[in-house]
Amino acid sequence: MDSQFQFDWQAAINSIPYLAKGIPYTLMISFGGLVIGFVLGIIFGLLSINKKWYLRWPATAYIEIFRGTPILVQVLFIFYGLPDLIGGPIDPITAGIAAIALNSGAYISEVVRGGVQSIDKGQSEAGLSLGLSRTQTFWSIIWPQAFRRMIPPLGNQGIVSIKDTSLFSVIGVGELVRQGQVYIANTFTAFEVYFVVAIMYLAITLSLSLILRLLERRGVASA
Amino acid sequence: MSQIVKIKGMNKYFGKLHVLKDIDLTVEQGEVVVIIGASGSGKSTLIRCVNGLEEYERGALEVDGFGLAPKGGNQKSLAEIRKEVGMVFQQFNLFPHLTVRKNIMLAPMKVKNTSEVVAKATAERLLERVGIGNQADKFPTQLSGGQQQRVAIARALAMEPKLMLFDEPTSALDPEMIGEVLDVMRELAKEGMTMMVVTHEMGFAREVADRVIYIHEGQIVEEGKPDDVFDNPQNERTQAFLSRVLAH
Ligand SMILES: Nc1ncnc2c1ncn2[C@@H]1O[C@H](COP(=O)(O)OP(=O)(O)O)[C@@H](O)[C@H]1O
Ligand SMILES: [Mg+2]
Repeated sequence: MDSQFQFDWQAAINSIPYLAKGIPYTLMISFGGLVIGFVLGIIFGLLSINKKWYLRWPATAYIEIFRGTPILVQVLFIFYGLPDLIGGPIDPITAGIAAIALNSGAYISEVVRGGVQSIDKGQSEAGLSLGLSRTQTFWSIIWPQAFRRMIPPLGNQGIVSIKDTSLFSVIGVGELVRQGQVYIANTFTAFEVYFVVAIMYLAITLSLSLILRLLERRGVASA
Repeated sequence: MSQIVKIKGMNKYFGKLHVLKDIDLTVEQGEVVVIIGASGSGKSTLIRCVNGLEEYERGALEVDGFGLAPKGGNQKSLAEIRKEVGMVFQQFNLFPHLTVRKNIMLAPMKVKNTSEVVAKATAERLLERVGIGNQADKFPTQLSGGQQQRVAIARALAMEPKLMLFDEPTSALDPEMIGEVLDVMRELAKEGMTMMVVTHEMGFAREVADRVIYIHEGQIVEEGKPDDVFDNPQNERTQAFLSRVLAH
């Protein structure tokens, strides 16, 4: 087969303004989902290492369920399944944010658990022996050290979740991929458009990596 | 003189392992008690029971009038006890994310609501006292082991404890740094601090201790003035242990 294909730069450039309309959705769903996911991760991560089994078990169940099922199934379940239960529609953006939150929350729980457990037992013993309560010991001694160690894996999860939002084109969220699909339907320039879409994802994830690297360096400088 | 620590018939288990066996021990205010014994004999466990870092199964414990019941019993006074008892660990356990000054300020501010200004002044005075007044802005890892351990002592002193526990405070140090830490402890003893010290530094024990206790497999088998214990041990276990450590 003799392909006459030529990359059409003009088509690529022309597509940018339309595709860029998807960026705010991609960012909003990622950011909103990750912020909630972080809160869930702290709550369930800490519950998962609690001594009391009736706190530990539900947390472990949540983590295993959301790590063990595909996020695509999760979002379909939330968008198409949950309305039956709650008796009203859920808008696609809310469904997307919820899926990222619940999914990243499960992974972040594991990050939190690992981070906290990696801190030497001597640290909490020192805190307790000074008269600090368990809560004080945790938040002023253990957590700051654990959090510093959590930054790289949290960054990882951030990147994964940003990319996961691309799946939400299936429920009609006007994020990057969806914008691309609509644009291609009219112009038949799939190669160029997906190329631009990929570059846009890369720009977002690389920015995040850069921010995290700066954060980490600042952390190292003061440790 | 009043008794700061009263231990009666204390028994402690780690699972099936009987670690402390019928320990009876009282410590008078101002007294320096040095605890010696082979590795694994229960020295750390004993002093860790005093500030509740370990729970015990049977017996009774009272620290400065506050009773701390065995496991499952009344632990209400634990917070009070910990406020009054300082502890220095073999591995220093300084807080690596805080400067030396903040390491010392943390507990007074959190536990006693001491103002930042006062806590800071206290930290600086204590650092001066342990001979490292110029290191306050550094982070722990930027200090030598001996300096770190002196910060750890200052950190404990900032809570104005009535009793200080030392668990092998010089065992993790390079030989040339042991002296500077023992000097600080010697000063502390001279100023009248009540101390329970687990150590293998027999010279220090002989010089500073009011009483030496030898523990063997979770039991106190010998107890007395340092000169008596070191020069004329009554128990053959003590004799064997001392001839081993003093040979070095
Ligand atoms: N957290 C623990 N769990 C189980 N066994 C322990 C624990 N801590 C200490 N032990 C055991 O208890 C015994 C006494 O330990 P320890 O008090 O640390 O001895 P020492 O300080 O005299 O070396 C040892 O046999 C030790 O292995
Ligand atoms: Mg020990």
